Parts: sequence; structure tokens; C-alpha cells
Amino acid sequence: MTLTAIIFAGILTYLTRMTMIVLISRDMLGDKIKAVLEYVPSAVFPAIIFPGIFINDFGTFIEINDPKIFGALVAVIVGYFSKNIIATISAGLVSYWFLIFVVFN
Amino acid sequence: MLTKKQLFTRGMLDISPHMLSVIPFGIICGAIGVELGFHPYLVYAMSFIIFGGASQIVFLQLLSGGASSLVAVASVGIINSRHLLYGAVLSEYLEKLSFIKKLLISYVVVDQGFAESNKFFKKNRSEEFLHYHLIGTGCTMWVCWQIATLSGIVLGSFVPEELGLKFAIPLTFIAIVVQDLKKLDHVIVMITCGLSSLLFFDAPFKSYIIISPVIALFVAALLLRLKK
Repeated sequence: MTLTAIIFAGILTYLTRMTMIVLISRDMLGDKIKAVLEYVPSAVFPAIIFPGIFINDFGTFIEINDPKIFGALVAVIVGYFSKNIIATISAGLVSYWFLIFVVFN
Repeated sequence: MLTKKQLFTRGMLDISPHMLSVIPFGIICGAIGVELGFHPYLVYAMSFIIFGGASQIVFLQLLSGGASSLVAVASVGIINSRHLLYGAVLSEYLEKLSFIKKLLISYVVVDQGFAESNKFFKKNRSEEFLHYHLIGTGCTMWVCWQIATLSGIVLGSFVPEELGLKFAIPLTFIAIVVQDLKKLDHVIVMITCGLSSLLFFDAPFKSYIIISPVIALFVAALLLRLKK
């Protein structure tokens, strides 16, 4: 029963991955659409970033002094200047840990 | 001209920093599944069959909360519908591939792999075997995801919950988009998407994850019109 649902979910997920790659050919997309598609990363990833920071595990908004806000800001600054993925993630995590384990403890 | 092997390796290298967040998240995903009372084989089957981080957790949480499996399946489909956008972007670079190769490569298209390969593609349009970069990012992600979720399933949540490692996921995506903060139009698009995602967070079937990109792309289209 659950396995059937997993298989259906898997087929659906695969279709989302495959459909556009298989169906779209060069002449189908005009220059205007291509120009808009340039924005896909900027238009998609904040929908993962913002809820990951501002909404907690229970689906409600965090407080304004939540350590995650600070951690995210540090990650943005370090990422902007270092251009380094590992530095960005670790800076965000370490500053977050510093707040929850040292300051707020 | 880079060889296939060089491109594949380059893809592996380009995505490997993201494993810092992907591996802990995979362990958490595996452990949660078992904790929610699902059979370990089923939890692992998801990593192989669905292969999509957040959607796997949502799926199990919905089922264990008593939701209909139709709702769980629909939610996975909607959460993962963002891949349609990735596919539309990538199609330009994968056009020359045969039908079968397109079918195979589609299985390994994931968020971080799309992001890193797309950056590489934009700078190296003339390379002949570009798709090997995508295979490199996708396969690295696949192998790490399988190992990470399996370890979570077998060993339980040996990553202490207090560390709040789920927070590494938004951080990994910050690392992906942060350089685009230099461009005002991209900043506007990002803020539109981010605020919409918070506004529509409670929309049914987790549809905020596709509603907000669509709104943001409309804003992008408007910005392009204004620029002219």
C-alpha cells in the first residue's frame, strides 16, 4: 500500500524531471522566454531559503530574535565576499551554534 | 575542449561542497522515516524511487499523520514540480542528446546539481560533452543521498537534533544565489519569491514551492520589459 504510493510519487517526480528536457527543442523557446528563464535560480531557491529560516518545525513564524536570522545574515555576508560554498555554510552554522549554545544558554 | 572524464570530474568537484549540508539532511531524512514507524525498506525505497529530499520527509509525515495516500502523492508531485523549470532551462544545453540519453539523465536532475551545472553551462557553452558535467553533479548527489539516508535508517538519528542541522539546507541555497545579490533585478526577483513563499506557506499541498517561483518569474518578465 505504502509502496504503491511511493512508486506513484516516484513516477510523478521523474515526470517533472524528464518532461521539459525531452519535450522542449531549441526553436520552441523564443528569446523572451529564454531571458525570463535566466532568472529561474533566483526565482526558485528563495522559496526553499525563506521558509527554511523564518518558519519553524511546527509551521509557524519564528521570533524576531531567532538565531537562524543571524546565522543566515552571516552566511549571506561571508558568501558574498568569499564566493566559497563551504565557507558560507560553515559560517552560517557556526554563528547559529554560537548563539544557541553560548549566548542563549 | 574538455574530455568527458574531465567534465564529469568537474561536475563532481563543483557539487561536492554542498555535501556538507546534503549528508546531514539525508541522515535526518532516513532517521525520521524509521522514527515515524515506517519499515526501513520502504524508507530506503523512497531515496531510490523518489530521490528528492524534502518531498520524502513531507510524504512520510503526511502518511503518518493519517493523510490519504493520494494527498501524499499529490504533495510530492507539487513539491517536485519545480524540476519542470530546471528542465526548461537545461533543455537548451541537452538538446543534442538522443531520446534515451535524455530519459536517463533526467533521473539525476536535482536542485544543487541543476544550480551548479547551469552556472558551468553558461560559461562553457561551446563544450561538446557539456552533459557530462550534469551527470557528474547528479551522480555525486545520488550516491551521497543513498549513503546518507541509508546511514540514517540503519544508525538512527546519530546526528544530535540539538545541532539543528536542517538549517544547513537554506544555507546551501544561500551559497548558490548569493553572488546574484550584485544585480538589482535578481534581488527583486529573489525577494518576490521569498516573500511569496512565506505568504503562501499554508497553501494546500505545499504548493507555495511552485506558486512563488511562478509569481517571481512574472515579476522577472515585467522587469525585462521595463529594462527596454
